[in-house]
Amino acid sequence: MRVRTLAAVLLTGALALTACGKEGSPTDSGAPAGLFEVAKDVKVDGSPTFEKVKARGNLVVGVKEDQPGLGYKDPTTNKYSGFDIDIARLISAKLGFDPEKIQFKTIQSAAREQALINGDVDYYVGTYTINAGRKEKVGFAGPYFVAGQDLLVKKDNTDITGKEALKGKKVCSVTGSTPAKRIRDEKLTEPGGSIEEFQGYSQCVTKLLNGEVDAVTTDDAILKGYAAAEDGKLKVVGKTFSSEPYGVGLPKEDTALRGKVNDILQASLDDGTWQKIYDGTLGKSGSSAQKPKIDRY
Amino acid sequence: MSVLTNNLDLFLRLFGQTLQLFAISAVLSLVLGTFLAALRVSPVPVFRGIGTLYVTVLRNTPLTLVFVFFVFAYPLLEILRIDNYVAAVVSLSLYTAAFVCEVVRSGINTVPVGQAEASRALGLTFVQMLGNVVLPQALRSVVPPMTSTMIALLKNTTVASGFAVVQAGNIRESLSEQGENVLLGLLWVALGFVILVMPLTYAQQVFEKRWSVAR
Amino acid sequence: MSMVLFDVPGPKAHARHKVMAVIGIAAVLAGVAYVAWRFIATDQFSERRLDWINYKQIQLSLVEAIGNTLSAFAAGAVLALAFGAIFAAARLSDHAWVRAPAAVIVEIFRAIPLVIMMFFFYYGLPVAGVKLSAFTAVVLSLMLYNGSVLAEIFRAGINSLPKGQSEAAYALGMRKTQVMTFVLLPQALRAMMPTIISQLVVLLKDTALGFLITFEELLRWGTRIGGDAVNFGRPIISVMIVVAAIYIGLCLLLAWLANYLEKRNRRNKKVIHVDADDIPEMAPV
Repeated sequence: MRVRTLAAVLLTGALALTACGKEGSPTDSGAPAGLFEVAKDVKVDGSPTFEKVKARGNLVVGVKEDQPGLGYKDPTTNKYSGFDIDIARLISAKLGFDPEKIQFKTIQSAAREQALINGDVDYYVGTYTINAGRKEKVGFAGPYFVAGQDLLVKKDNTDITGKEALKGKKVCSVTGSTPAKRIRDEKLTEPGGSIEEFQGYSQCVTKLLNGEVDAVTTDDAILKGYAAAEDGKLKVVGKTFSSEPYGVGLPKEDTALRGKVNDILQASLDDGTWQKIYDGTLGKSGSSAQKPKIDRY
Repeated sequence: MSVLTNNLDLFLRLFGQTLQLFAISAVLSLVLGTFLAALRVSPVPVFRGIGTLYVTVLRNTPLTLVFVFFVFAYPLLEILRIDNYVAAVVSLSLYTAAFVCEVVRSGINTVPVGQAEASRALGLTFVQMLGNVVLPQALRSVVPPMTSTMIALLKNTTVASGFAVVQAGNIRESLSEQGENVLLGLLWVALGFVILVMPLTYAQQVFEKRWSVAR
Repeated sequence: MSMVLFDVPGPKAHARHKVMAVIGIAAVLAGVAYVAWRFIATDQFSERRLDWINYKQIQLSLVEAIGNTLSAFAAGAVLALAFGAIFAAARLSDHAWVRAPAAVIVEIFRAIPLVIMMFFFYYGLPVAGVKLSAFTAVVLSLMLYNGSVLAEIFRAGINSLPKGQSEAAYALGMRKTQVMTFVLLPQALRAMMPTIISQLVVLLKDTALGFLITFEELLRWGTRIGGDAVNFGRPIISVMIVVAAIYIGLCLLLAWLANYLEKRNRRNKKVIHVDADDIPEMAPV
């Protein structure tokens, strides 16, 4: 008897919970619909990924979900938005798959190579810096954007002016990311400082707002998104100290698809689609961007 | 083998960190756990209630959640600023204390009431009764499960990997960054834990056997 | 009532206990009040930070996250019970060549931290070309660790039965398999039920370790919603309180089940009473 009562109470509770609920988002982050025309009769000869996708009927794309302006998933609508997301949609459309049907999958920085090697995602668009070490494990198309490592500090901070001023400071970044590795390799925080690593940048931003770390470091594009999201409590220092070419991560052996994605990106740079995507997302922060140069290797 | 020999200093340093984290948390959780057990066997119902509430909440909460609370949520309350290492020690200690409390309490409860009544009838003071009659008997049923709890604590220190506290659980990240074979590296880490835990398990079995005969 | 450490209190002790009770309540209330004040002073329960509860999509994703946690639990529990049964049987075998390797495997998997196992399956195995999803990695790790602990529980449960039981069965001419399935297992299972359920509570809690290998379970959901600065100003405190309440609720539900089974057991006169001390206290993680 008691079991039945309990079940009834739980069920009523669950129903009550789902019955009421606001729809939509408190902050509008809608992506421009119909920006990309879906190509027809696309062929990518010799691409195992493409064959797999064709059989499945839609793309599975790895992205980030905690980077406003680049790759952000609005929890109130479950919709993704940002520059990276639109690049992913563009590629999908030009490969002949409806961008609305993309299945986005959130993959943390540390798990990116693994997700591509495992075949969990068809391609990955999420502030993925092209470098030699990663090229041994995965393939890269692009770059579709060139960012630079920068620092995010509290608005009233005046003593951190650039990477030389990090001595003795606590700097936060994401586990397994290039910026964290650079700070460590160049020993920028030594002596006396440290680098703390978490799974996501939003966790680092929390630590920064609490005053537990002095700066968050990663690419300026990501930091700008956070500075905008925190209502002017934070600022980006503005002195980049690296060049981070963002590429589209692909399975290493699939050179056919890599060539095709490079063609798509080149075409978008030439016909102004790229600029439209930038203006609709990162460009909102007011800064302009230089077009990248596609690097076919 | 080369994964281990090439990175021997990394393995030793991080396993050292694990042991340090373990030692500090073990001491703190034993102290707090014993105090909680004292609350739970005290004659004051309110104290018992407080002890029970603590144990119920902490025993039914995942350790990872306790970590998330102290690393990400607690700082928002702006009470006392703690760094990640302290947060890890606090999480491990508070969590393990609930289990220590249960072990101590059930140990005391295994001593038959008649033992205490007899010593009171003989006129022993509270301290004499505790020291000469109750504790020596209780200890026998406390030590084996306490060893298990401490083994669990030692293994639980790896949870700190996700919270910027460097210990043996982070060896994978360092190896991965250097392009070493992560698979072999993790096997060595696993072996390291087996080496650390086995003597404890063995000791526990010896205690259990010896004292179950003595009873 | 006389307890081990304390005699029945007299009038003086009664008065003293009352004073202590008041002090105890006051101390706890002061602590709670302080924390509550900090919650309010730092604006943790502002309208914006509680607004997340109202969104349908968030409620749905919460249900989904609970579903993921529970399905990892269910798969892990079933596999761990099977693993435990097989290895307990192997450890009770008459043949040393079966017994010895089973013992080694059980001891090794009990000694390796779950986190390391999950890392091994999720980050390690792909090096050798074996690809596993986060869910599979979590479930496999839960199976190996909890299965090994359960194997020990099963073995101890069967060993704790009075020897006369198996001797009588053998005397009746039963084979070893018959003795095990008809005589020993049914009795041992009843005696072990509470211990098994407590281990399942441990398994349920351990699904939260999937957080470390990006398995989309309840805790990861909590950090995601709790870290949302764009919509809700990072409501991590209120989200974590809800997540903790769900975990505690689920675990208590399981524990309640354990209690219920134990009570039903006690009413059943046919059960041979096994000294509870004979079943070793298993280390919870």
